[in-house]
Amino acid sequence: MSLNFGVLSIQGDVLENIFSVKAAIDALDIDGTVVGVRTPDEISKVDGLVIPGGESTTIGQLSMVNGSLTVLKDKIEQGMPVLGICAGMIMLSKTVQDKVVGKINQPLLDILDIKLERNSFGRQRESFESDISLNSIGIPSFNGVFIRAPSISDVGSDVEILSKFNEKIIAVKKNNIIGVAFHPELTSDISLHKYFVNLTNTLKN
Amino acid sequence: MLPLSGERINAKGIISEKLDSIDTLRGSSTLKRGFAHMQKNGVVMDVTNVEQALIAQEAGAVSVMVLDKLPSEVRKAGGVARTASIKIIEEIMDSVTIPVMAKCRIGHVHEALVLQETDVDMIDESEVLTPADELRHIWKWDLTTPVVNGARSLAEALRRVEEGASMIRTKGEPGTGNVAEAITHIKKVNDELRTIKSIYDSGDNQDLVRIAREFKVSYDIVEQTAKLGRLPVVNFAAGGIATPADAAYLMSLGCDGIFVGSGIFSADDAQERANAIVLATTFWNESDKVKEAQKMIDERQSIHGLDVKTLELRMQDRGGSA
Repeated sequence: MSLNFGVLSIQGDVLENIFSVKAAIDALDIDGTVVGVRTPDEISKVDGLVIPGGESTTIGQLSMVNGSLTVLKDKIEQGMPVLGICAGMIMLSKTVQDKVVGKINQPLLDILDIKLERNSFGRQRESFESDISLNSIGIPSFNGVFIRAPSISDVGSDVEILSKFNEKIIAVKKNNIIGVAFHPELTSDISLHKYFVNLTNTLKN
Repeated sequence: MLPLSGERINAKGIISEKLDSIDTLRGSSTLKRGFAHMQKNGVVMDVTNVEQALIAQEAGAVSVMVLDKLPSEVRKAGGVARTASIKIIEEIMDSVTIPVMAKCRIGHVHEALVLQETDVDMIDESEVLTPADELRHIWKWDLTTPVVNGARSLAEALRRVEEGASMIRTKGEPGTGNVAEAITHIKKVNDELRTIKSIYDSGDNQDLVRIAREFKVSYDIVEQTAKLGRLPVVNFAAGGIATPADAAYLMSLGCDGIFVGSGIFSADDAQERANAIVLATTFWNESDKVKEAQKMIDERQSIHGLDVKTLELRMQDRGGSA
């Protein structure tokens, strides 16, 4: 049966993720489509969702305004596979701190039990690329593109750590939920999007 | 994947170093252009103090742009307009979690270096300030911090990309509350992109090289842009945006997002207007939501608009011929 993938298109680099998911679907030769989704109705129809990079305060506030935040939360809690990238991972978390500003209140999905720090590596001048690995999901080498990236200092007992950069946690997984601090959609390497498409395929069929 | 057309891999602004024994790279085109990609479908708001910056963040702005005076006040004040006070920029950086941008004068390398050292997230080499060098823009490949430039045509945009701009904003006429120039320029850029795309598709390299010479840019950047059919960097609209409907219209013309200068904080209903313009930008293609946004503002409290034909100072012309 055909899989419907969606990329949350409130704000951020939606198109880049649509291209990466499309390339992953084609490379795996899976029967599936991918579109940008924004309204509660559009979101309710997808089998797997990417929450892209962008500004988490903007994505959070606007997805609350149009009612998609609650639909997203319900669907993810019912088991829909989701890949949260940078701002997307921030959206998935329960609480957020900012490196400079400290504790902040912003609309979140309140799902992943992780201790997350925004802008953890510094401001844009400190944004960096570095080789990272996600060995437990079969990706030994990946070009990590970190843009004003968040990081995780601690995870709840049911959250699996997929990757670390020095002591900072930069990728996590809990059943149907994947969160990464870096931007796979800005590179030509589609291995992480392939892993996500495969995960959706396995959980759905 | 993002377009890296025209990228200079040996640029001075790229820094290779070890972070706790791990090799890292900073200031690459992927990181600088990538930052702009994270701003897409968002609103960047001009602010002059912490209070305004917090209103902008609360409204859902993707970044704030710090100025000493809003463009409409710069226009009234006359004289020389320079980069904003570093103290105010730092106060704002300590108060908001969204990116903070600031403007430097066209060609003023050391204002840009000061802003980079301040650690702003993006530098706007802007015609709103008085140009320091009308003939030479900053060679932006030397900076690690990404830079956005204004443009009124595809030629101007590609000249800026060739100098290392990581983002373009099509110029309007700043501080006027009049969106006409912004509309004209985005349509012009779109027309020119369609033209070079069709030339590329026809395989007429002879005509592409003619265009490169007319644009005063390299053949390669014209060919790569023509192949893409869009600018190789993110393109926002700017200048004269005053209402939610202005924002929605510009988004419908294919802009990646918008900059609002005086339109919000010169209006008497700044907070509602900030919310409303973000709403209209996000949901620009849902007309009920744009109407809802437009209803949040009161036209009697909009910035008093200026007729562009009667202006003594046309900021958009600054640096345009270079």
